[in-house]
Amino acid sequence: MTPNPSIFTPLLIASLAVFAWGCWKRLSLIMLGAPENRFDSVGIRIGQMLKYAFGQKRVLAKPFGLNHFVIFWSFLILLVANTEFILNGMFPQSIKLVKLPFEIYVPLAFMIDIASLLALVAVCIATVRRIVSPPYPEARSLDAFFILGLIATLMLAAFGLNATELAAIMIRSNSDPVSFLSVAAQIMPVSARIAGLLPPAHLGIIHAGAWWAHAFALLTFISYLPHSKHMHILTAIPNCFFRRLEKPNTQPREEFVIGNSFGVASVDRYSWKDLLDSFSCTECGRCQNVCPASITGKPLNPRAVVHDIKVNLLENGSLLKRGERPLTPLIGEGGEGSISEESIWGCTTCGACMEACPVFIEQMPKIIRMRRHLVETEARFPEELLNLFENMEGRSNPWGIAPSERTKWCAHIETRPFEKDTTEYLFYVGCAGSFDSRSKHVSTAVALLLDKAGVSWGILGKDEKCCGDSVRRLGNEYVFDKLARENVALFAAKGVKKVITQCPHCFSTLKNDYRQYGLELEVIHHSELLRNLVQDGRLNPGTKTAEFGNMVFHDSCYLGRHNDVYDAPREVIKAATGSAPLEMERSRDNAFCCGAGGGRMWMEEHTGERININRVNEAIKQQPDTICVACPYCLTMFEDGLKDVKTEGVRVRDVAEVMAEAVLR
Amino acid sequence: MLIVACIKQVPDTTQVQIDPVTNTLVREGIPFIVNPYDTHALEEALRLKDRFGCTVVAISMGPPNAEATLRKALALGADRAILLSDRVFGGADTLATSHVLSAAINKLHTEVDEVGLVLCGKQTIDGDTAQVGPGIASRLGYQQLTLVGHIENLDLSAKRIRVSRKLEGRHEIVEAPLPAMLTVVRELNRPRYPKVPMRLAAIEATVELWDNQTLKLNEQKIGLKGSPTWVSKIFSPERVQGEILGDGYADPEGTAKLLIEKLLAKDMLPI
Ligand SMILES: Cc1cc2nc3c(=O)[nH]c(=O)nc-3n(C[C@H](O)[C@H](O)[C@@H](O)COP(=O)(O)OP(=O)(O)OC[C@H]3O[C@@H](n4cnc5c(N)ncnc54)[C@H](O)[C@@H]3O)c2cc1C
Ligand code: SF4
Ligand code: SF4
Repeated sequence: MTPNPSIFTPLLIASLAVFAWGCWKRLSLIMLGAPENRFDSVGIRIGQMLKYAFGQKRVLAKPFGLNHFVIFWSFLILLVANTEFILNGMFPQSIKLVKLPFEIYVPLAFMIDIASLLALVAVCIATVRRIVSPPYPEARSLDAFFILGLIATLMLAAFGLNATELAAIMIRSNSDPVSFLSVAAQIMPVSARIAGLLPPAHLGIIHAGAWWAHAFALLTFISYLPHSKHMHILTAIPNCFFRRLEKPNTQPREEFVIGNSFGVASVDRYSWKDLLDSFSCTECGRCQNVCPASITGKPLNPRAVVHDIKVNLLENGSLLKRGERPLTPLIGEGGEGSISEESIWGCTTCGACMEACPVFIEQMPKIIRMRRHLVETEARFPEELLNLFENMEGRSNPWGIAPSERTKWCAHIETRPFEKDTTEYLFYVGCAGSFDSRSKHVSTAVALLLDKAGVSWGILGKDEKCCGDSVRRLGNEYVFDKLARENVALFAAKGVKKVITQCPHCFSTLKNDYRQYGLELEVIHHSELLRNLVQDGRLNPGTKTAEFGNMVFHDSCYLGRHNDVYDAPREVIKAATGSAPLEMERSRDNAFCCGAGGGRMWMEEHTGERININRVNEAIKQQPDTICVACPYCLTMFEDGLKDVKTEGVRVRDVAEVMAEAVLR
Repeated sequence: MLIVACIKQVPDTTQVQIDPVTNTLVREGIPFIVNPYDTHALEEALRLKDRFGCTVVAISMGPPNAEATLRKALALGADRAILLSDRVFGGADTLATSHVLSAAINKLHTEVDEVGLVLCGKQTIDGDTAQVGPGIASRLGYQQLTLVGHIENLDLSAKRIRVSRKLEGRHEIVEAPLPAMLTVVRELNRPRYPKVPMRLAAIEATVELWDNQTLKLNEQKIGLKGSPTWVSKIFSPERVQGEILGDGYADPEGTAKLLIEKLLAKDMLPI
């Protein structure tokens, strides 16, 4: 009666063919990507894969993560049951788990029964959540409900199957239903209970119905899988294996020789890993829910960027394989499969998306590579950036101020040039610290504290050049490359080994980006150095809590998320004020950007709410007297934001200023 | 048709300082830039190229290192770049400069193709005379349209151009037959940014060198010998030491009030 191999086997072959074709198509598309080595440190990679793909560490970090964990692991367990089902469908009665040794069969059957129940419950929860409060509105997609429905069908059919089979055995063996079912319930608790409810007269038809429902659901699932977002079931695991092992806080270099192309305007210019990323997206929306651009109503949505790359690849793949021009432009009007220029320019490179993504998709680097195309190949960018680019190239600072003015900030304090072999630390003041009238106060505070602690330090003066952070994140790699090479040569000539920066952007660039140029520096952010000086007893702040009032600390993206420095500034505050700072709702690795990173400092914000206003309002909720920052951009963004939200009496201070107030009074 | 853009290499004057002792320009280590007005002249030439397909030739008279300026022009899209450089061109005033430049333009006109437009900056930021453009026009007998803020119309078949001149407080629309020499102001356009592939190509491209062997000009009319004017002294006027009125950072409101009072007292606020 039920399993009919002559119907089932051709259907199975057909669905496996559709599955294989879908997988092959996607794999061949991924192989269109440029080469990139992600095969190093295999041991570490396996560990990462176990922790994040199988252990689902990041998935579990959010509510409903547990729900996904349950579905994932149920699936792994049910792989056994489904393999049995398929083999049984082709060769009825020949292959059965029951035929396994009793000690293996019993726990296995128990696990399968429980896993099916858990999966069913989890799927119901997921469905209700998607209806009642989806992670983002578009998550109420047909695709999602279809798959949830299929999984539920599979589980229900599996219960139907097991229950009818139990009932049939019970009837065949003429057992006493109560004792039979109570024994069976120890092996298959759920199925046994259902078995007790089944009408004996209709067992055959129920079994047949359940079997075919299971067969159809399973075969549909197999054929549909690679064609949907659920492809991530297959790709997320390798994606965790191939993840970028170091923090994604730099971008790869470009080689400036004739004939090379710069940036990405067509999907096949991305690396195979970028393309694998696009097929690994679970569309969970976690990235867009932390993205400062998305949250404040800009068109940029990191989930959509990844999705559009996938759609574009699927649409253009066969053309690209034949070496023809793609039909759908990658950078275009912003319809499905295209990404608008406004989206591309909206990114603050805060890294929140990458920190949130459960499967380690690298959204931000993909955006920067499109910026590179726009700047370097098309010379097309928001007009505010023209001056910035020219100033950076001509005068090595964003404002185009004469380099001879670099030392004006220290005209009234005692400073000294960095001397080869005698000075320990280069104090790399940075453009903001040298030219911005507000940040000059921070530079002075740092300098005075260094003197107080007896640190040997010096500056480069008019020879200091911009580190190039903004131009690199804005995709102007050509100018960055020029600045980086000049700086690296200067540092090498001066014998610079240890550098103090008071700007997280200089900090990260000198520390991480310049490594690509063969320069290994010991770079220390002023908050770390101040913390060390206090710990070593070289700075004695005493306790002066009252003068600072309530203090809330804002994490800078390039200090925190991009470089994992979270505690040093907090410890400085604690030492200076006597108490730990207040924390905003979103803090540390979950902190919300001030809006100035990624070169956004130099651009207008035309659409939606201003990012700094959003963050200032969040800070104000803590009713602070002082908002403490550790970055000149954050300083500007908060001071500007505070003016706009019209709060009286809240001041913004850098950690160095806080420490200086405590130490130098 | 050729469009000739005259571009001069100038020291970045914001970075130039005057030696207080010798009263001369301290030029060491000061980077050179393209005279800012000339970037607008070049940009307009390139826009006309984009629209009408003319050939753009960038020319510059200067020392051998002025080649860098011309490479920038190539990176932006100029078809040819010619450096007019020779020891005997050195020390030129505006008279001698426009003599050499006009000779070069005339050579292009007779040997390469008809010159339709010569575009110059309004003035340079180092010499500031604003005489070279008009000097070229008068030598070549071209129409002279100075301070151009907008090209209203260019009719290549009728060989006419209509431009808007930006004068103090007013605009003047004038029309003239080609060939014409235009000096341009910054409002004319927004210069483009170079594309990397073109920058790289420009590094390898040839900048043609024309010396006096090429131009064969009378040495009495060029360079120092051909220059009736020379700069005898440069000095910066003495500045009286300023006075710090208040600490704007500590007390912005009070300091602003103080400033307003001072300005009012000196009758420097239009109330
Ligand atoms: C501080 C200083 C003061 C000077 N004062 C005088 C003076 O009072 N009288 C005098 O005769 N000379 C003077 N000279 C010399 C004069 O600068 C140059 O000799 C002359 O070549 C250009 O004059 P200009 O820079 O004023 O150009 P302008 O007439 O202001 O330049 C107008 C335009 O002509 C074109 N142009 C000018 N020079 C060149 C060039 N070399 N190559 C290509 N295109 C060019 C550019 O498009 C430019 O925008 C002075 C030079 C300096 C540095
Ligand atoms: S880096 Fe930040 S701004 Fe850019 S896409 Fe990611 S979350 Fe959004
Ligand atoms: S990119 Fe990552 S975080 Fe964003 S939707 Fe996809 S899986 Fe989720």
